Amino acid sequence: MKSLLRNPTTAIGAIMCVLILAAAVLAPWLAPFDPVEQNILDRMQPPGGDFLLGSDVFGRDVLSRILWGARISLVVAVTSIAFAIAIGGAIGMVSGYIGGKFDLLVMQVMDVLLSFPALILGLIVVALLGAEIHNLIIAITLTAIAPFARIARAPVLSLKERAFVEAGRALGFSHARVLFVHILPNILSEVLVMGSLWMATAVRTEASLSFIGLGVKPPTATWGGMMRDGFDTILDAPWLSVFPGIAILMLVLGLNMVGDGLRDATDPKLSGS
Amino acid sequence: MIFYIARRLLAAVPTLWAVLTLVFVLVRIVPGDPAVAILGDRATPAAVAALQAKLGLDRPIWEQYLTFLGQSAQGDFGISMVTNRPILADVGAVIPHTIDLTLAAMLIGIVIGIPAGVWAALHRNRWIDVLARMLSLVGLSFPVFVSGIFLLLTFALHWRIFPVIGNANLSDPGDRLLKLVLPSITLGLVMAAYITRVTRSSMLSVLDEDYMRTARAKGVPWKRVVWRHGLRNAGLPVVTVVGLYIGILIGNSVLTEIVFNRPGLGKIIVGALNQRDYTMLQGLMVIYCFLIVVVNLLTDLAYGFIDPRVKHA
Repeated sequence: MKSLLRNPTTAIGAIMCVLILAAAVLAPWLAPFDPVEQNILDRMQPPGGDFLLGSDVFGRDVLSRILWGARISLVVAVTSIAFAIAIGGAIGMVSGYIGGKFDLLVMQVMDVLLSFPALILGLIVVALLGAEIHNLIIAITLTAIAPFARIARAPVLSLKERAFVEAGRALGFSHARVLFVHILPNILSEVLVMGSLWMATAVRTEASLSFIGLGVKPPTATWGGMMRDGFDTILDAPWLSVFPGIAILMLVLGLNMVGDGLRDATDPKLSGS
Repeated sequence: MIFYIARRLLAAVPTLWAVLTLVFVLVRIVPGDPAVAILGDRATPAAVAALQAKLGLDRPIWEQYLTFLGQSAQGDFGISMVTNRPILADVGAVIPHTIDLTLAAMLIGIVIGIPAGVWAALHRNRWIDVLARMLSLVGLSFPVFVSGIFLLLTFALHWRIFPVIGNANLSDPGDRLLKLVLPSITLGLVMAAYITRVTRSSMLSVLDEDYMRTARAKGVPWKRVVWRHGLRNAGLPVVTVVGLYIGILIGNSVLTEIVFNRPGLGKIIVGALNQRDYTMLQGLMVIYCFLIVVVNLLTDLAYGFIDPRVKHA
């Protein structure tokens, strides 16, 4: 862990993520204004003055909306990737463990899922189910199940041939016990590293869907939604799209930096040093 | 070779069938009646029934499914429920814009990404490598609509070098190129970031190989060793990434088209979603998936050109 934080990339990335996490958790205390309260008299104020990052068309404070918007981004990303790891990971492990025709069939199904462009799949699922936060989570989970199934399956193929698995079976342990008590810990680090990188993708997908107009419904503040609204008035009030854009970039970059550092730490071959 | 291509295309048939089925099911589980959606809430029941009959929605579901499969197999994706034109005609009208954009973005990605990756690998852990790694990480963290809007603000609104709207006149090459610049840079930078990273790590693993040292010992100039011996062997993973990237590229092109207001497949799919144009959605999904299957096949074929040891027998 110490050596991880000595890697400047990981350390800076971790700081960025922690800052945004703090913003999300402390939003009710940090935000100077109510994120959804409209104040028409103060509409489209440029940054500075009472509104540190300016105000939008309805006179809502951009800073407060960004702080509250961090919650949506984080909740959607963390939950959907957690589901994808649990579902995809289980599918991949079981499929690799059983092997044979079953494995072949499961992986064929995963290939079909993979051949859908992620954003298009998300777009259609949300459009069909309705723009609600749980549907966003379902859509993003769907796009990430297949990659995690692949990541979890590959090491299981070789692990199941190892002596400790055979020993476990010889001692009379059930397949489930061998799989989840003995094999799982061996693949967990690899899956979790991919988890942080996919979390970055999830944040980007959620923001993209919101930008297209398929995110959590207004007036709830979401970063992608703020950029969508700001884009309409980009000539008069560029700050409305610039600041949420920087927020999205910070979170995605932070997660990618952490994931990158973790991967270097777990796989010495890829290491930069 | 031809035999190999035919076999690969045949192997893609089950995948395409599964995709078609999934598309059919996805589109049918939507709440709401498409006929009502098209005609509006105030339509008379008779009008709704007439439209349902015209769209084939009154027939049993399995019959709709078989018709859908049969027509798709013949490349007939039906008629748009909203514009009443054949789907292929609507898609064909905008496809040159999408092809322009994706090819230009690929070109930018390769022209920047490969030299940057090789350069970074050769200067491992020096400042140039650190810079390349940092920039590529930033590049692939940028959601394209964010980078697109930033580029738009800087180069179209602030400095007014490039046009704001990307609706190019296809018969005017100058206009076509000018309106392609900002969107293709937006899309190409993400691609360059991916390619830089893969080229770098792939090149690093090749640099220590015996044949590199042998070539150098024989007196081949270092530059030639790197580009001819090194890159050729480091190329396979790069091609894989370019192939895998097609899915991301398609998603990103939708966002780029929205930001720059360019006509294209992405704009059509968003329009079809808003108008509940089921046949159009079905057709677009099939076209997208077919594109991905074809790109995967091309990727496999490219392996053979880069590495003659990969046999297509």
